[in-house]
Amino acid sequence: MSDPAIRVENLGKQYDLGAREAGYVTFREALTGLVTNPVKRFKSLSGRAREDETFWALKDVSFEVQPGEVVGIIGHNGAGKSTLLKILSQITEPTEGRVEINGRIGSLLEVGTGFHPELTGRENIFLNGSILGMSRDEVRRKFDEIVAFAEVEKFLDMPVKKYSSGMSVRLAFSVAAHLDPEILIIDEVLAVGDQEFQNKCLGKMSGVAESGRTILFVSHQMAAVEAMCSTAILLSEGRIRARGETTKIVERYLRGVSRGEMQPLQDRRDRKGSGAIRFKSVAFSDGCGRPLMSFQCGSAGEINLRYDNCSGRELRNLRVCLAVDNEFGQRVLLFDSKLLACDLERVEPEGGMVRILMPKLTLLPGCYHFNIYATVNGEIADWIKSAGFFYVEGGNFFGTGRLPEHGQGVVAAEHEVYFEPAPREPAASETSAAETAATLSHIEETCA
Amino acid sequence: MSATATTVSDMPEALATPAQTRPAAALAPATVRTVIEPRSGWQLVDFAQLWRYRELLGFLAWRDVKIRYKQTVLGAMWAVLQPLLTMLVFTIFFGRFGGMSHNVEGAYSVFVFSALLPWQLFATAVTQAGQSLVTSNNLISKVYFPRLIIPFSSVGTGIVDFAVSLVVMFAMMAWYHVTFGPWLLLIPVFFLGTVLTALGVGTLLAALVIAYRDFRYVLTFLVQIWMFASPVAYPLSVVPEKYRLWYALNPMVGMICGFRSAFLGEGLPFGCLIVSSVTMFLSVFVGLLYFRRSERRFADII
Repeated sequence: MSDPAIRVENLGKQYDLGAREAGYVTFREALTGLVTNPVKRFKSLSGRAREDETFWALKDVSFEVQPGEVVGIIGHNGAGKSTLLKILSQITEPTEGRVEINGRIGSLLEVGTGFHPELTGRENIFLNGSILGMSRDEVRRKFDEIVAFAEVEKFLDMPVKKYSSGMSVRLAFSVAAHLDPEILIIDEVLAVGDQEFQNKCLGKMSGVAESGRTILFVSHQMAAVEAMCSTAILLSEGRIRARGETTKIVERYLRGVSRGEMQPLQDRRDRKGSGAIRFKSVAFSDGCGRPLMSFQCGSAGEINLRYDNCSGRELRNLRVCLAVDNEFGQRVLLFDSKLLACDLERVEPEGGMVRILMPKLTLLPGCYHFNIYATVNGEIADWIKSAGFFYVEGGNFFGTGRLPEHGQGVVAAEHEVYFEPAPREPAASETSAAETAATLSHIEETCA
Repeated sequence: MSATATTVSDMPEALATPAQTRPAAALAPATVRTVIEPRSGWQLVDFAQLWRYRELLGFLAWRDVKIRYKQTVLGAMWAVLQPLLTMLVFTIFFGRFGGMSHNVEGAYSVFVFSALLPWQLFATAVTQAGQSLVTSNNLISKVYFPRLIIPFSSVGTGIVDFAVSLVVMFAMMAWYHVTFGPWLLLIPVFFLGTVLTALGVGTLLAALVIAYRDFRYVLTFLVQIWMFASPVAYPLSVVPEKYRLWYALNPMVGMICGFRSAFLGEGLPFGCLIVSSVTMFLSVFVGLLYFRRSERRFADII
């Protein structure tokens, strides 16, 4: 057996929490910090006690990837996936441990890095290729292929700012897809473009995978991971939880998700915003106060969010949003106090609770994760991506005991279907009204 | 593809652990080994690595130049107008009203322009380099390459502007009947000195701007002040003799005096030149060292 393509030994990455949470350090602060008592300074920053100033985004991670292996990396947001990829791509340095990579390595953490709207498509291909690590000759050799794949031949000499968003994404992906190192690191880049182009990209990526290249692939799209990767690694809280056959690992991940195996909200560090408001816990109930493990389609459900007011004083105009994504990362629902015109005018210094009540849950069975977001006077106060997960089970939405089959929709909607005899041949004068009615009933039939 | 073949730690160390690895011959012929480890202490510049990334350096510089001329209404005219208008203002206010033209042999406008040339090069390069890391934060957090490429490439626009202004300078010299002497051959030397100074100061400021966000205001202010501390609007002779060597601690003093001598055929102030050269190399050294030191944190704090 030859050397592994990637060997990771006891890798760890520690982040300085102070720097992350307080935002950027300013020169003024650094100067005053030198002069004034540092304890005082920390107090004034947040008003919160600071137990520990650092946290490990990645700890004791060791694994090997053999040449030609395609490995998926899955895990919740904040599990350390991005940190791992960033270390492997040498964007950031590990705090401890060692990585050995045998072979030319290329990484795609984002498509279109360095694209400039003022430059033409042609210019951007060369620039982007060079940024990704291709030589000029290499780009020149693959130029026609890149252009053909992106389907932008006619617009090559037009500035990219005039492209539709679909076109520029296609071009960006196309350049990236033609990078061919021996070892490729990919982060969720497939989540671009329309469905058709996504399929094309997936096809291209599978082709790359089958060509014997070593690939590390991070994604939230379980379908994509299962399609591409033979084995997978499950990360959680910066450590490797499991490694093995993709289907088993994905299953275990989803099972963990449905059991609510999540980091408690109050321990989440990957949040954004001023920190005036901090969500600390989330709970599900059936709307009558009884706690639930999962929701049922068609029944009542309630999401309770507890939050702290960390500003230490009364705040004004609190808006809370909860956005629900399905397991493919598609946004399916948004609950927003602003849309209901019910923002909280006064927030008590001791915090409070938000109840989001869904009298009749419209989500079809599946696994959903949600992002939560709060603003105070329009300024982002707290924002946690993938704050939690819930599972929706089949229920009696229509009162018939039936639900659409898997893949036949995202949500259930209240609707009615009528079957009527074919309308008689209309007289010339009443054509339009009758036609409309006929079309409508036709639509209802097809939908049923 | 040799561009991605990088080693973070030194190559010898990576090869010095044969216990865990087979000899290179057993592997595929073109195998590149990369070792990623926490680095410690102060790092010097890895010139071999920079050289491998020279194409990217060129592309980024080319992009900046292209965009600069695409985005401004006046395009390339801007490179001509900016120093010309500055010269005009200086000639009227310092030369005429301020009476500075009495301290200068020959036309004051040529005198000022000969200094504005290196000054603009320095000011543009330092400003662009200083802000370069912040403006390319998306690159830093998504792609790996030697970070020094970013401030280095941002000097490109300053150099192109300089080339344009140089043509204007020659036209002005012809107009004012200044002799084109052999001194002109010194221009490349002082050009290089100016660029090096700008790189040193620019990389230092770039790293500081990342670490302390309000440093970008310091940056513009610093450049402004620096101009008045350099012999742009006035000749070196205005500075009292006994302070001159202290004054030359500002590396731009030497560079500007050098340019002036090269264009106007004045004698070179050797004392000042030596002092300025020393501080120039010092600024390059300190700038690069500090940059390399803080480089590893860029992606985490950007």
